[in-house]
Amino acid sequence: MLRHHFAAAWVVARRDFCAVIFSKTFIFFLIGPLFPVFIGAMAGMIGAQVSRDLDRPVIGIAMPAHDGDKLVAARGGLAPRMAGFVPEYTVLARLAPGEQFDARTVLASKGVKGAPQLAAVITGTLDKPVLTATSERVDQWRGQVALIAAEAGAAGPRTYPDVTADKIAMTAAKQHVDLAVTAQAGQVLLFLLTMLLAGMVLSNLVEEKANKIIEVLAASIPMDALFLGKLFAMLAVSLVGIAVWGSVYGVLMVAGMKSMPLLATPAVGWPLFLVLGFLYFAMAYLLLGSLFLSIGGMATTVREVQTLSMPVTMMQLMVFFFASYALARPGTWIETASQVFPVSSPFAMLAQAAQSPVLWPHVVALVWQAVWVGVIIRVGAQLFRRTVMKSGPSRGRRSWFKRTPVIAAR
Amino acid sequence: MKIEPFSSFTGTPVLDNVPSVDPAPDWAIEARGLVKRFDGFTAVDGVDIFVPRGAIYGILGPNGAGKTTTLRMLLGIIDPDAGYRRVLGTERPTEVARRIGYLPEERGLYPAMKATEAIAFLAALRGVPLKDGRRRGRELLEEHGLGYAADRQIRQLSKGMAQQVQLLGTLVHEPDLVVFDEPFSGLDALNQGKLERMIRALAARGTTVIFSTHVIAHAERLCDQIAIIAGGKVPFAGPVDAARDRLRPQVRLETRAHDGLWRAALPADARHEGRFWFFTLPESGVEPLLRALIEGDAGILSLSIERPGLHDAFVAIAGEAAARALEESAEPAPEPKGRR
Repeated sequence: MLRHHFAAAWVVARRDFCAVIFSKTFIFFLIGPLFPVFIGAMAGMIGAQVSRDLDRPVIGIAMPAHDGDKLVAARGGLAPRMAGFVPEYTVLARLAPGEQFDARTVLASKGVKGAPQLAAVITGTLDKPVLTATSERVDQWRGQVALIAAEAGAAGPRTYPDVTADKIAMTAAKQHVDLAVTAQAGQVLLFLLTMLLAGMVLSNLVEEKANKIIEVLAASIPMDALFLGKLFAMLAVSLVGIAVWGSVYGVLMVAGMKSMPLLATPAVGWPLFLVLGFLYFAMAYLLLGSLFLSIGGMATTVREVQTLSMPVTMMQLMVFFFASYALARPGTWIETASQVFPVSSPFAMLAQAAQSPVLWPHVVALVWQAVWVGVIIRVGAQLFRRTVMKSGPSRGRRSWFKRTPVIAAR
Repeated sequence: MKIEPFSSFTGTPVLDNVPSVDPAPDWAIEARGLVKRFDGFTAVDGVDIFVPRGAIYGILGPNGAGKTTTLRMLLGIIDPDAGYRRVLGTERPTEVARRIGYLPEERGLYPAMKATEAIAFLAALRGVPLKDGRRRGRELLEEHGLGYAADRQIRQLSKGMAQQVQLLGTLVHEPDLVVFDEPFSGLDALNQGKLERMIRALAARGTTVIFSTHVIAHAERLCDQIAIIAGGKVPFAGPVDAARDRLRPQVRLETRAHDGLWRAALPADARHEGRFWFFTLPESGVEPLLRALIEGDAGILSLSIERPGLHDAFVAIAGEAAARALEESAEPAPEPKGRR
């Protein structure tokens, strides 16, 4: 019997999927969300340019005697012939023999007079320069410094000195904040996709009601198979959309949109985070979609669906806000509640994936969410039968929506 | 609910002796005491229906009598509030949905689908693989002279053609039981005849056909048995002949003389219209009447005895049931105890 259920759901899903994908309006569905992406990308490019214009990092030099001046001169000679951005060099101190310079303290302070955007400090000697900076800066400038030091030194440019790296470790607090940003970014993306797509199922049963085919469907297949089929068809449509949008994003990345956000690596790593993101999107979509399908099933006209769409959007916002609120309160009952509450669970668990490398909670959460998808579909189908098809034993109470049934007594 | 009779026929129906049910027959549908209420309104009130396998069975009733609700309960689209139903051997009709074909009164297909695809889709809902459904759909369309429309979208077809496509989609999986709800409505006379032939062909190959209608002529021509539904109840169920036998035959008499002692021999319900007298055949038969007419020198010009048609029987039975329901609803309900 279960096989028949899934076979029936497949028939409905196939019909719905083809009906949407091969409709002329689907192209608008695909390109619609790309407009904000393009606008965002263009704004990002302008922003990046502005940022580049404003962000002129400076490398300070604290070397013995006139080594610093030689370095500045060498930089001045090489920079116009070097590809890419070469930071300004400025002499911070001309050290007497034996004099020490605390580069870390200088970098930790708000900058020095004349070099407010100090991003790194070169100490040591021209033969053995020491570059003190953050990890990314060290990786970025190590080669440059070696080349300029060689040019400045007596050895000439054929002998490159080893640049000793003095990386500034990221603090735990900074790491936590970065992961929280990744978690929040994941939640925002999940929310945007589900808000964009889950709302579509609201009007899904109106077509069958308008075409009067609902009665044939009700006589042929179980109602929950109909719900399941419709839900998975729209999920498949969503995935087509996401694949298209993702591809466009990829093209933009390849095209060198430097303004695209670079997030800290999630605790579970990017590959697993993306897999979990996909699974949690599917679950968030199925949970909210089944809920919306059940609610939308009560509507008989497009106008009623439009009326319902506002409270449904509000509901999505509340779920998102709840999950976001819980994100800022790790270890509290609020976080646990957001992970357990079925509709907020995918959002909360995706945030968890960004912040914690432990994997077993995700297995539990996915099973938990799948169970709830089943429960909501079952209850939604029964509610549909009882209130819209006017079936099921009378319980002597009013239906949610007092209305003339689509399939009324004749 | 007041139901007006369709004609002025004034027979006397007998409503109380519903035929007893064969205790161990091979029923395609067996339903006892089905009840369905909608927001306090009882749409179906204790309906019993027994449809033998391979029979053509008609459910007759005026608009709003509860025919569609009864069919929906039999199909499992809606569940009864009370009563028992057994369809093709199971009490859960949805389990045997693949062996049933259903054409609802409100026809509907996806407008963007092509005719062949629509049939294949309906077949797929009943478990037929899509490929087979397409092939069978094309064959059926060809067989019924609609081959040229196979690749046309439903929205491009006329209403009647779309209806025929849906009809073919109802039969594509070769069901054991076919349920038609008002199948003749919306069809022209030619297509009505075609549908009648199709129903006979289905029954000839052993398919059970049950259909609802308020056009009695179709039922009279097609059905082995009927159930008359009125006001949510079944005042009659059984063979068509049994329904017609519920009414006494009607006599039409034409006499040369306008008056005389012979008139005392006419029954009390005799009425004079134009040249004719109309009355119900007395239970004593036609011979005593003839004798009285001859002895009274009535001058018999013509005398015919007409067996009532199903239409007359339906009007009388349904009308009487409606009147009875009206009387029952008019009776004041007893004040419930303990309520203020």
